[in-house]
Amino acid sequence: MSTSSSGANLIEIRDLSVTFPSEAGTVQAVRNVSLDIRAGEVLGIVGESGSGKTVMSLSMIGLLAESAKITGTINYNGVNLLELNDNEMSKYRGKEIAMVFQDPLSALNPVHTIGRQIAEALQIHSEFSKEAALARAVELLELVGIPRPAERAQSYPHEFSGGMRQRVMIALAIANQPKVILADEPTTALDVTVQAQILDVLKTARDMTGAAVVLVTHDLGVVAGLADRVAIMYGGKVVEIGNVDEVYASPAMPYTIGLLRSIPRIDGTDSSRLSSIDGAPPSPVALPPGCAFAPRCPAAAPQCDASVPALTPISPTRMTACVRQSEIAGLQSSGKLFVEGPRHVAQSSTTEAVALEVRSLKKTFPLMKGSVLRRRVGSVFAVDGVDLTLRQGRSLALVGESGCGKTTTLLEILNMVAPEAGTITVLGRNVAELSKKQRLEMRKDLQIVFQDPFASLDPRLPIGDAIAEPLDNFGMPKAEQNQRVMELLELVGLQRDHASRYPSEFSGGQRQRIAIARALALNPKVIALDEPVSALDVSVRAGVLNLLAELQEKLNLSYLFVSHDLAVVQHVADDIAVMYLGGIVESGPVDDVFARPQHPYTQALLSAVPIPDPKVERVRRRIILQGDLPSPANPPTGCRFHTRCHVRATLSPELAAKCVSDRPELTSRKSSRVACHAPLN
Amino acid sequence: MTVVQTEVGEQASDRLTRGALIRLRFLRNRLAVAGVVILAMMFLLAFGGPFFSKHRWDELDFLALLQPPSREHWFGTSQIGGDVFALTIRGLQKSLIIGLLVAVFSTGLAAIAGGFAGYLGGKVDRSVMWLIDALLVLPSFLIIAVMSPLYRGRTWLVFVVLLAAFGWMVTARIVRSATMSLRERDFVRAAQYMGVPARKIVFRHLLPNVASILIIDATLNVGATILSETGLSYLGFGVQPPDVSLGSLIAEGTASALTYPWLFMFAGSALILTVLAVSFIGDGLRDAFDPGSNKSKKKSKAT
Repeated sequence: MSTSSSGANLIEIRDLSVTFPSEAGTVQAVRNVSLDIRAGEVLGIVGESGSGKTVMSLSMIGLLAESAKITGTINYNGVNLLELNDNEMSKYRGKEIAMVFQDPLSALNPVHTIGRQIAEALQIHSEFSKEAALARAVELLELVGIPRPAERAQSYPHEFSGGMRQRVMIALAIANQPKVILADEPTTALDVTVQAQILDVLKTARDMTGAAVVLVTHDLGVVAGLADRVAIMYGGKVVEIGNVDEVYASPAMPYTIGLLRSIPRIDGTDSSRLSSIDGAPPSPVALPPGCAFAPRCPAAAPQCDASVPALTPISPTRMTACVRQSEIAGLQSSGKLFVEGPRHVAQSSTTEAVALEVRSLKKTFPLMKGSVLRRRVGSVFAVDGVDLTLRQGRSLALVGESGCGKTTTLLEILNMVAPEAGTITVLGRNVAELSKKQRLEMRKDLQIVFQDPFASLDPRLPIGDAIAEPLDNFGMPKAEQNQRVMELLELVGLQRDHASRYPSEFSGGQRQRIAIARALALNPKVIALDEPVSALDVSVRAGVLNLLAELQEKLNLSYLFVSHDLAVVQHVADDIAVMYLGGIVESGPVDDVFARPQHPYTQALLSAVPIPDPKVERVRRRIILQGDLPSPANPPTGCRFHTRCHVRATLSPELAAKCVSDRPELTSRKSSRVACHAPLN
Repeated sequence: MTVVQTEVGEQASDRLTRGALIRLRFLRNRLAVAGVVILAMMFLLAFGGPFFSKHRWDELDFLALLQPPSREHWFGTSQIGGDVFALTIRGLQKSLIIGLLVAVFSTGLAAIAGGFAGYLGGKVDRSVMWLIDALLVLPSFLIIAVMSPLYRGRTWLVFVVLLAAFGWMVTARIVRSATMSLRERDFVRAAQYMGVPARKIVFRHLLPNVASILIIDATLNVGATILSETGLSYLGFGVQPPDVSLGSLIAEGTASALTYPWLFMFAGSALILTVLAVSFIGDGLRDAFDPGSNKSKKKSKAT
């Protein structure tokens, strides 16, 4: 079964199946997977939630729950790892096969210093004295790029930022020179600039140890930059595997084709509508009888449902699981698979009328100390001087890393009360001057769609009632409410009879459509979208993004789009405002800002976003920022960005000093506005 | 032809609201419906029974003291010759009403106080919490006993109000902490941004999400109230002899449960049946409110 290429097989997985009992039925997490991991390679395992990728990686290291039923073999050096008991497995864990977990906070013990935790890992597997182990721990910390490692080894996990903790996890993983490093979504919980740092560290770690890396992720961009081979998983099976370049250049399985076509790319030249995959990933409790992807596949034929297709070689280096394999290429070239929608035309009728204007908005949270006599010891400057202008019929994206204050800005706008400082003007009216009744009327025009559709719908309210809630609240008669609910359901692509179901019966993508329908109920003019697709599976994002674009054209909506995902922003927004530590550093038309970023932070942010194309991703120059976002409770003086700025080092001493002393104002420059003493381009 | 017409004409009304859905799901639950039927029959028996009974509850048959059940006295007679059937029915009348009303009132009060305190926070929260703490510290039996002379001779329904007034605090605290975590959820925020007033948010979003707690509390309260009411009767308040309630009948009958079982058995069974019926209804309601529950879901057509 194995494909011939350089490197001997280190781990051979044969016919691995993992099932879990659950109340709803048997969960078929992994189904008959056969896979080789070769010495020294980086294997990317890509799949959506529920595709079985994490369960498969955990089964290699023997960390599955007791209730899991595992069949098949996992051979490592001639030993079947599945036959070992926990004690015997401990000799392999960490020593031969190491793991980097997604959430480094829960993976580190909070009551021990990190130096001690690394030393412990060393002492378990090798003969190290306590002092030697600690000294080695410091070396390892230095290797993964932790500044002042000797000092930091004495710190506890909570004293590190998320990115630093993940570095510690990598140091732990490479401590015993393992042959295989399993990295399960190592960067998913991190910001994009920190993600770039960690991927870099992972590369270093691989080069230092020569270990094979298994990179489990849902992000095709991350895999493109790092992996040699990629395995695509769907419904508990590997559906396509091959060299990264080949798979990305000419995907063979319809799921891979759809996935690659449906993700927005930051370097996309035109803003064509994304092709979307219908439906949602199958539940691992109720998988279809044949090919798991058949219900969503545009090339599905009757034979697809007959039996589960086996992984068959299509070239010496590639295998795919599709019964219509021979016909796929033909279908693809004749444009029958995942056609891209019509171009998103920038609204020609765009008026200069302003839908939403924010001027020097400020919001601080008090820092309190003491339990009996509470006193204010400082402030968190969450939002500190934000200017935004959203024109009618356009989309303004507010981007920035977590903790930069973008959500606080959004909530301040939606609260519609007089802010701490600055002004908020909605549709030409200053919200500070509204009476209670006027404010209520105003709420009709400004609605919100939240990030997490699982939290934003009341689990105990049928969705028809949820959509009717705003209508009911503004006194619409019951009969008209029904009519309107049905209209709205059809508008967002759901069926009329969905109205009397509860939210738990819907998938993430459908729920987000329901949330959008609710926001649209009162015919608002402005909709605030708080990361509307980041909680959704990759394959359903495109559908929701297309829906948003379509609705904007149809209903002439203005969107305030808050996001950290620049590729999505590039796809949907007309204008962009980049936020860093409570302030806007650059704003302007999205095409101009992306093509010629003027602020060093924008430039770094753009370069940190991985592009799902190995050819581009491997050759482009990346700017990797140093350090983490400073605390908003104690922001740097002058330009907030000067502590991490890569451009400042190249400036004249006078200018560099100015960055530390004076805070730059947002000033117009070319087509954009930028807050920098030494703008680029 | 008519079939086609109705299908077309139904377009606007094919949406079921939450109320309709809960009703449907409740009625689909057989045990819950059985509970309703049992409870209805208990009421029928309690209030219709006297018309069939051969004896009145306060009538004494000195020729039949402590007699086992017979054709004359269906449930037997007591030590002083009272007809146990008539007494049980008399007791049932009181206890059903006291039990159900107190449960509904105290749980309702707990839901409203806890829900608003948790959602509104600030001053409302602090004053409700202060009241709860004060009431928890005060010995409620003592207060009721002290106040009893004031109400002597008035209707025993005052008693319902007093029992409810001292029974809501612990549940209100639980409801409050549950709503405090719920109010941070996005769906509550979404409702706020739609301009939904606090009153509606509490009743439409918060309380249905803590419905399980409330229903369990109310169910347990029914049985507990019926029994605790006897304790108060000892203090000379509430249902006074010669008048009877299920609680007082059980309390008196317990001593002779083994020797003269009929004194105890019938009142005991009436209580058990009541509590059972109420908990069936409670279970049914809880499943009807909870969309995740499988019991009341329609069986899927495929299987």
